[in-house]
Amino acid sequence: MKDKHFIMFMAPSLIAMLLFIALPIVSVFIQSLHIEHEQVIVTSQSCGPFGCTEETSVDAEATAALKEADPLGRFAGFQTYTGRNHLATSEVANIVAESSSVGEFFSDLLNLRFYKALSFTVAYTAVVTPFVVLLGLLIALAVNSVTPVMKGPTIFLTLLPMIITPLIGSLVLFWMIDARGILGASLANLVGDPNLSLKASPVLTWIMLMVYGIWHSAPFAFIIFYAGIQTVPQDTVEAAMVDGATRWERVRYIVIPHLAPLVVFISLIQLMDNFRVFEPIVGFQSGANATSLSYIIYQDLRGNEMQLFGSAAATSMLTIVGIAILVSPVAVKTWRDFTRKVI
Amino acid sequence: MQQPKLLVVFTWAFLVIWLIAAAFPFLWTLWGSFKVESDFFSKSDWKNALYGVNTIAQTGSPFILDAYRGTWIEESFWLNAINTFLIVIFVMLVSLTFGTLGGYALARSGKKYAFVILMAALIFRAMPHITLVSGYLLPFFEWGIWGTLPTTVIVLVAINQPFTLWMLHSFFLSIPKELDESAMVDGCSRFKAFRLVIMPVMWPGVVTTALFSFLLAYNDFAVTAVLLSQDNLTMVPRIASFLGTSQTEGKVMYAVAAVVSTTVPLFLLVMVFQRRIVSGLTAGAVKG
Repeated sequence: MKDKHFIMFMAPSLIAMLLFIALPIVSVFIQSLHIEHEQVIVTSQSCGPFGCTEETSVDAEATAALKEADPLGRFAGFQTYTGRNHLATSEVANIVAESSSVGEFFSDLLNLRFYKALSFTVAYTAVVTPFVVLLGLLIALAVNSVTPVMKGPTIFLTLLPMIITPLIGSLVLFWMIDARGILGASLANLVGDPNLSLKASPVLTWIMLMVYGIWHSAPFAFIIFYAGIQTVPQDTVEAAMVDGATRWERVRYIVIPHLAPLVVFISLIQLMDNFRVFEPIVGFQSGANATSLSYIIYQDLRGNEMQLFGSAAATSMLTIVGIAILVSPVAVKTWRDFTRKVI
Repeated sequence: MQQPKLLVVFTWAFLVIWLIAAAFPFLWTLWGSFKVESDFFSKSDWKNALYGVNTIAQTGSPFILDAYRGTWIEESFWLNAINTFLIVIFVMLVSLTFGTLGGYALARSGKKYAFVILMAALIFRAMPHITLVSGYLLPFFEWGIWGTLPTTVIVLVAINQPFTLWMLHSFFLSIPKELDESAMVDGCSRFKAFRLVIMPVMWPGVVTTALFSFLLAYNDFAVTAVLLSQDNLTMVPRIASFLGTSQTEGKVMYAVAAVVSTTVPLFLLVMVFQRRIVSGLTAGAVKG
């Protein structure tokens, strides 16, 4: 294909991506270097019969004018990044100096907003991804062994958790595990503790969100594995049977190696998707016990009094760094494969 | 091939448990949406929701449509449904037009820059949507285009492009190069060859990709919740805004009805297009 034609075909898509994906990243970076204007304080003296007192008040008009003139706010450099709500360098240094044990160190660290979100995001990604791969593989093996008539309905039901709107999926589960919902109430009866609430305890909240994540994403891994199983070379399987391989040995030495490249693909997609976990935290209303990087950005943007663009942008930049760390090994490998193929 | 008994039992048990986990929450919510709140959320006995004890006591009928009436009419959920419909249709149209052209170019160009674009798209695919949204918000406010449907459509299209490009790229790879090349030997220009030879055979791939564009636009919460003004909200962020107020006012059943209403189109979609969804998701992984 000629370069000229390539550009003409590619232009609309490329322009859309540059304008709305590449440029916003630049815009986020610039915003992250700024913080909101300070409120303009006016001091006025009011003198009464008992002498003069000084009063300070916020000049709303002047503050608004300042915001109007320079909506980005004032330049702050990397101050937001190192500040209390993000990397909190001085607080962390304090904690390191003062905490006597590793456990104390972590519990203090988790009180800081950014680290609380980061720790849940990383834990969620690290736990959900392997379980999704495993559960997806098991479902694919199971579905593959049912009679052909049953395959359609089983696949239909299996797809539901994935196809559903994430917010709705988490709400549906949330209502069931509510203290008055079917699962929550039954569990409370079972344990014999009528005040048991899955929402109150941080540990249970984390587990609940991770279970949701696995439930939501397992069908994706299932579909990929299911298609992979269909292409397992049958003559190899037959040859193995002739050689006396047991069922388990055939799965272990033929099916699993055949599916291994798919594991890489699924893990890559899942790492990306799980790292931006967001909707379940809104759906489960778990903000008190578990937050994620995406969620704290959303919080800043939807702030009640004012939107904290600088703070949201700094978290966004840090999130992008996290994504880059996650994805870079795969990107580098694909790039090497490609250049080797070309040369 | 005879399977050992024990394995069969285990397989079935596992499958049945999984299917219940996958489908029961939806059935339960659908059933409960026709009940009053004290039945759907019953601390004393979950069977209340099954038989609708309080629902009968309060209204005289075991199935009531109060929640749906409240959501759709009182809370004007139909407006949000229209917004969702508009956004979904336009996102699908625009992102497929852009995506087919781009995907075709990427599949037919063996150059290094095509690969660079595909890798960039993969990295763009990894960006959390909310980080991009935080980049749009301030400029959109300044330019006065925040809160409108067209802005959201174009943003969703752009966010959707990486995935669309990858999918259509691998689909066009499966259409033999010789097809359009022979047309060009016969004197067609590149565009004419695309229009006359490729367009007639590309529809299976386009329909599959369209399904995923639909899902992305329909299911989105991060972009629509932040970029749309209160009057223009689509269904999903509207449900989220129900939650804030409904819990206190005892209108949680409205949210339940809204959730069920929003889920129904998705169910129909899976029923009709199940095969395409499966083949679409696997095409990307197994072939490419």
